[in-house]
Amino acid sequence: MGDKSLSVTPKNNCQLSTVNCQLLTKSYGKVQALKGVSFSVDKGEIFGIIGPDGSGKTSLFRILTTLLLADEGTASVDGFDVVKDYKDIRKTVGYMPGRFSLYQDLTVEENLQFFATVFNTTIEENYDLIKDIYSQIEPFKTRRAGKLSGGMKQKLALSCALIHKPTVLFLDEPTTGVDPVSRKELWEMLKRLKNQGITILVSTPYMDEAARCDRIALIKDGRFLTIDAPENITAKFNQKLFAVRGFEMSRLLNDIRSIPTVKTCYAFGDSHHVTVETGNNDSQDSVQEALYLFLIYKGHTGLEIEAINPGIEDCFMELTKAEAI
Amino acid sequence: MKVITAENLTKKFGSFTAVDHISFEVEQGEIFGFLGANGAGKTTAMRMLCGLSKPTSGKGMVAGYDISKNPEKIKASIGYMSQKFSMYEDLKVWENIRLFAGIYGVPEKEIGHRTDELLRNLQFESQKDTFVKSLPLGWKQKLAFSVAIVHEPKIVFLDEPTGGVDPAARRQFWELIYQAADRGITVFVTTHYMDEAEYCNRVSIMVDGRIDALDTPRNLKDRFNASGMDDVFQRLARGAKRNSD
Repeated sequence: MGDKSLSVTPKNNCQLSTVNCQLLTKSYGKVQALKGVSFSVDKGEIFGIIGPDGSGKTSLFRILTTLLLADEGTASVDGFDVVKDYKDIRKTVGYMPGRFSLYQDLTVEENLQFFATVFNTTIEENYDLIKDIYSQIEPFKTRRAGKLSGGMKQKLALSCALIHKPTVLFLDEPTTGVDPVSRKELWEMLKRLKNQGITILVSTPYMDEAARCDRIALIKDGRFLTIDAPENITAKFNQKLFAVRGFEMSRLLNDIRSIPTVKTCYAFGDSHHVTVETGNNDSQDSVQEALYLFLIYKGHTGLEIEAINPGIEDCFMELTKAEAI
Repeated sequence: MKVITAENLTKKFGSFTAVDHISFEVEQGEIFGFLGANGAGKTTAMRMLCGLSKPTSGKGMVAGYDISKNPEKIKASIGYMSQKFSMYEDLKVWENIRLFAGIYGVPEKEIGHRTDELLRNLQFESQKDTFVKSLPLGWKQKLAFSVAIVHEPKIVFLDEPTGGVDPAARRQFWELIYQAADRGITVFVTTHYMDEAEYCNRVSIMVDGRIDALDTPRNLKDRFNASGMDDVFQRLARGAKRNSD
């Protein structure tokens, strides 16, 4: 991994980036949640941390928001050290944890008022920043937070995380279990916040949300697999990739896997994505032709095969495969 | 053969109509995707089909039984798995299988043999004595699915089964679904992953308690001139009047 962004950032670069981590590790008993994570986030970026449950996303967020101490390594947010200057960080960042953690027995307005007061400000002072989001739940401002729907709870939590005008916003899995329409709305809100100069760190298990971020880190088992702009990550995918469709998708999957030159074959929505071992002289057309003939021979109908560009999910699987070896 | 039929199935809570006259049929061995925004009424509909909640009006037949008259028969003919509740963390793998097989009414003398078979199919024999809490999430979910069909039910209901697992594990999970469907088990599944909607033979999309679209993914994409199921979903669900949940 010669990737520049993975290397440890020199100290004198600290001012340029809002978040800086160097070789963070964290263990819970025998479980190593973070195995030496280093990265930096520039001011005004939307930085996505993308990986499955249990990969270390929440531990990382809790360290950066000073709620958890790392075993080793250093981290700073806005130039403040997460250990020494934890009080400063708590004043300047906004954090929306994965689990709803507002006061269920307070009303919408009381919750917002409470967070404003804790941060020494008022709703009026920063109303502009939250107006977009808060105005959608304002009609229900006398309702108790516990009685809100999932989507409304999320909007309230985001309003509370923003009420003190943070420089950096940490959102831990804001879209998990949320339907596609609400997910899209949330990403649109984040984009508007970015335009107001707020740096955003957001984690998600949904690979298709990668494209919404300026840069992403793919994380698995406490380790970053890669850090880059989503389009650079997909550009680095160095396999020939084909999408194959047919009328019998389940049998097709097994038959493709039985081909000796096929390296991987995974179901991907309406097609199967296939990578193939190729010699230097094999043209894309000849590989495609060979696949086609084999599958016809196996009795498949309705076949469509095309060479395609990979998505982030293809890359994630390719990178985790490489890790496993 | 039809294993699910719903005719004008409706559920009201006071003045609120959670499920509003839905009608559809599901064939044996079909993978049926039951989609909808949060709050569209999916869970309420699914609870009625599982015999856990009586419809206010309308009729439903599941596995040959009437959901209003024979809910207990339905419970014995189906399997159920959700992301939130699947297995007992403090029991070992084999203990969970044994427990659920017993609950699902698998005869005592068959349980041992079914347990071995289930573990062999998953190539998981070596983990027989592992506590479920120490398994990776992907494994938990594969195991939970296998346990939900340990009694070879006619239908298995899956409520957002794959949330949070890594992409490879998510696909292995779907391969288990395919295998079950190939054996004739009907799979009724909800998901927020729109690529998974593509794995279904047919999908329905609920909006504000109604089924606004029901067809094969391919036909739905054609009809809405959409590139993917996400696009189809966005167009239908954007029109929702209800606030989520």
